[in-house]
Amino acid sequence: MTNSLLWTPLAFGLIGLAVPRRYAGWWATLGTAVTLGIAIALLAGFDSGASGLQDTVDVNWIPGLGVDYSLGVDGLNVFLLLLTAVLWTAGTAFAAFREQRQPHLFFLMMLLGETATLGSFLAQDLLLFVLFFDLMLVPFYFLFGAWGMDREGGPTAAAATLKMIVYTLIGSLLMLVAAIATAIISADGGHLTFSIAELAHHPLAEGSQRWIFWFFAAAFLVKMPAFLLHGWMPDAYRAAPLPALAVFSGVLAKVGAYGFLRVVLPLFPDATIEFQEVILVIALASILYGSVMAFTQTNVRLVAGYSSVAQLGFITAGIFALSADGADGAVLQMVNHGLVVAPLFVIVAILAERSGTEDLREMGGMAMKAPVLAALFLIVTLATLAMPGSANFIGEFYILNGLFDSKIVFAFVAISGVAMSAYYALRLYQRTMHNRRPEGLESREINWRDGIVLVPLVLCILGLALYPQLILKRTDASVQSSVAALGGTRPNREAAEQ
Amino acid sequence: MSFNAPHIDYAALSPVLALTVGLCVVLLSAVFKPTRRMAPGLTIVTLAATAGLLIWRWDNPQGLVTGALRIDDLAISISLIAILTAAFAVFLSIREPAAEQAGSGEYHALLLGSVLGMVLLAQAQNLVTFFVAIETLSIPLYILCAANMRREKSLESGLKYLIVGSLGSATLLYGMAFLYGGSGSTDFAGIAAGISQKGVLGDPLVLIGIGMTAVGLAFKTSIAPFHQWTPDVYEGAPTPITGFMAVATKAAAFAVFVRFFDVALAPQASEWQPALAVLAAISIVAGNVGALGQDSLKRLLGYSGIAQAGYILGGLVVASEAGINALVFYLAGYAFMNLAAFAVVVARERETPCGDHIDAVRGLGAERPQLAWPLTISMLGLAGLPATVGFIGKLYLIEALVEGDYTWLAVFIAVGTMISLAYYLRVVAAMWMRPGGEAVATPAIAGASPEADPIDSEAGKRLYLVAPAMLAAAATVLFGVIPQPLVEFAQHAGASLF
Repeated sequence: MTNSLLWTPLAFGLIGLAVPRRYAGWWATLGTAVTLGIAIALLAGFDSGASGLQDTVDVNWIPGLGVDYSLGVDGLNVFLLLLTAVLWTAGTAFAAFREQRQPHLFFLMMLLGETATLGSFLAQDLLLFVLFFDLMLVPFYFLFGAWGMDREGGPTAAAATLKMIVYTLIGSLLMLVAAIATAIISADGGHLTFSIAELAHHPLAEGSQRWIFWFFAAAFLVKMPAFLLHGWMPDAYRAAPLPALAVFSGVLAKVGAYGFLRVVLPLFPDATIEFQEVILVIALASILYGSVMAFTQTNVRLVAGYSSVAQLGFITAGIFALSADGADGAVLQMVNHGLVVAPLFVIVAILAERSGTEDLREMGGMAMKAPVLAALFLIVTLATLAMPGSANFIGEFYILNGLFDSKIVFAFVAISGVAMSAYYALRLYQRTMHNRRPEGLESREINWRDGIVLVPLVLCILGLALYPQLILKRTDASVQSSVAALGGTRPNREAAEQ
Repeated sequence: MSFNAPHIDYAALSPVLALTVGLCVVLLSAVFKPTRRMAPGLTIVTLAATAGLLIWRWDNPQGLVTGALRIDDLAISISLIAILTAAFAVFLSIREPAAEQAGSGEYHALLLGSVLGMVLLAQAQNLVTFFVAIETLSIPLYILCAANMRREKSLESGLKYLIVGSLGSATLLYGMAFLYGGSGSTDFAGIAAGISQKGVLGDPLVLIGIGMTAVGLAFKTSIAPFHQWTPDVYEGAPTPITGFMAVATKAAAFAVFVRFFDVALAPQASEWQPALAVLAAISIVAGNVGALGQDSLKRLLGYSGIAQAGYILGGLVVASEAGINALVFYLAGYAFMNLAAFAVVVARERETPCGDHIDAVRGLGAERPQLAWPLTISMLGLAGLPATVGFIGKLYLIEALVEGDYTWLAVFIAVGTMISLAYYLRVVAAMWMRPGGEAVATPAIAGASPEADPIDSEAGKRLYLVAPAMLAAAATVLFGVIPQPLVEFAQHAGASLF
């Protein structure tokens, strides 16, 4: 099951090279839809009570180097897998409705990207995780560079993409060294293994944990991106083709946050506790900086991009609250944010097609003749600002709850992020949808093609808003065991029960 | 008076004998005005026979010629890499102007002579065979570099290589004399024994000897700061020969590097390890930084080879079995990646007026995907991205380095890899992210040779160029996904020393 989930997209992509050009997009969409089906089946068979891995695959891959091909599903990744499958189906379908240059290659890269992303969520071997983490970059390098837009007066798509690759690989190459060091120090001359579960049983000495922690943290923080490591983001976001950007922003950023939960917390507990406040400061800085930048940007993509920086800051803060509540909220919020930001980029694409610009100052009045589009956008906006009643509200509530328990000062600062998100989300909505309609802007209802892509995503948001327990119930057991190593308990509930 | 002839083991000597016989036959074939394809054909037959005999001797280590040579799995694996590279060079030399000007028979005989030197060098067990073999390897190459007699650059390259190479050889020889003086033996094992009983006089002599031999070998393997000749010689030499030098010479020189340092100088390991580690680090920095601004693909590959030599040297520095395994594995992978790149460069050199300028591959993705894919895979592999043999090779090296307590050098490899992305991906970007066409219309750009050879506009479709490129690229990916066979191959090599 896990194997077919992982390799279905790539298999479809490779076969797709032989499909006639006209149908390449539809073939790829079929591939993502099949993957989505497998992901749903996986969720259906998921045992929500268990904290251990399920549906595991474990094969000796390179015995000479101690690397195993080992995959598994647990509460941490099951919904991220589903999110990946959902967003990729939407993104691929959105791209298939539009004309693409060199469609064979475009869709092959999209599907390779899906396999790599699923792989990094599924991997239970540290080295396999690093491998998939790096592999994700390759398809997106091509997608952003070859199908992106050169900006007038700015860097070319190729230059912007190169910047992104260099930034992200700085982190992930150091992570490769750190991963190998972890295994070797932990083996101490004995049997070399990269299995995350086994490594967690033999924690390293505190001195080694310190530097290894930062090598991993660098990789994950760049990927998100966090404040000070976000330099690649504006250029790459402006260059990227929107269908690829939707999945990139929706899913790939989460891999960084997921890496903290899967790798850093269980493997380096001492360093995590030691550097908890440093990471929290970075997280809060990301919230504040991302929000403030999102206020001021006039490019629609960048508003969404910087809002992601802020949101990922929230997720990081939740993880580094080092309590079960915070981590629960972080996992929920990862899914929520993916579900919000991907439709946001789809809407950006639709808006740009109608107004011929991505500049907020030249937009407005779009809601006039497009009530359905406006309504869909409104739902996405309200979810972004974590309106009570939305799943995002629950997620942020859990995160703040966890943070209050452990670091109350940080929680107060983080709360300001909630208020600011309301401002930039509503600003985006009003500037595009309300106000006077400028010359040359066409207010047009969305057609059925975009509707097919957008409506299911919005339905997912609504569904989660009604029943967030769907996620919380299944993730809780795994999250508990992930933070257990840090002594993270659930003080509030235990107190209530007593 | 009776003379006892030493026992000669013809079976174990058979690869060397086969090469020698083949060399004579190929040389003589030129006398009889044969058909055009005769010399290359005979060369391939000779190489195939030698490879077959080498594989026959696999896993059957044996001393030869009263201990002057030793055929073991390290020698065989390195010889196989050299032979594979030579076979590629033969295919790439079909219709190569240099081969026609120098005379096809002579050209191929020289190539075989160089291979013979490499096979001997990989088996060398004492200082005399070591030096004789390294000269047998080098002298034909001096001539081959200058084989394209109508091009000034080719002549310059040959002369430069001759002068610098002789300097390297002289340094090496001088160092050997010191070592003999310090240890009282020319035999590798004898040197080790001699050094172990440190005399008062012995020590400084041995240290000077180690230093000078290291410098001499660094010249041959183009390790910084003894690398200055590399880019010039690589650029000027006929491209098939450049490819051969970049891979096979490096492999053979590293084989003797390993034997010499890990066997003869093993007792002094703690003294030369830090020195070689520093050389490796300098090489990684100098190679990667030097490659950044290069517009000539051959120079770029030359600098990249310097950096890669730094990585490979890391495997030697740790002086462990894992290190040797990693070194052999990396050399094998390096062979595939470089051969794919050089095959494409040869094809484009003949097809466009741009020579080996990076413009020659502009827009290759749309124009000639059968060439663009191999070059892309090669570049991604050299940059160490996953799903290529380059990633596994780096993983192997880093594992050996961390195990050998040289984590800082592992970090250097990671940092060097980051820098290298900038130039490897520049080539990829030129192929896929820029329109081609206009570059072909402007002849004689800087870097192209004014006395350019005739253009064969179909070169990009010729099977003898496309097939090697595809084959090498396929191997790069195959061993990146299923590395275990190559790992076992390398492990045999390492096991033969320890």
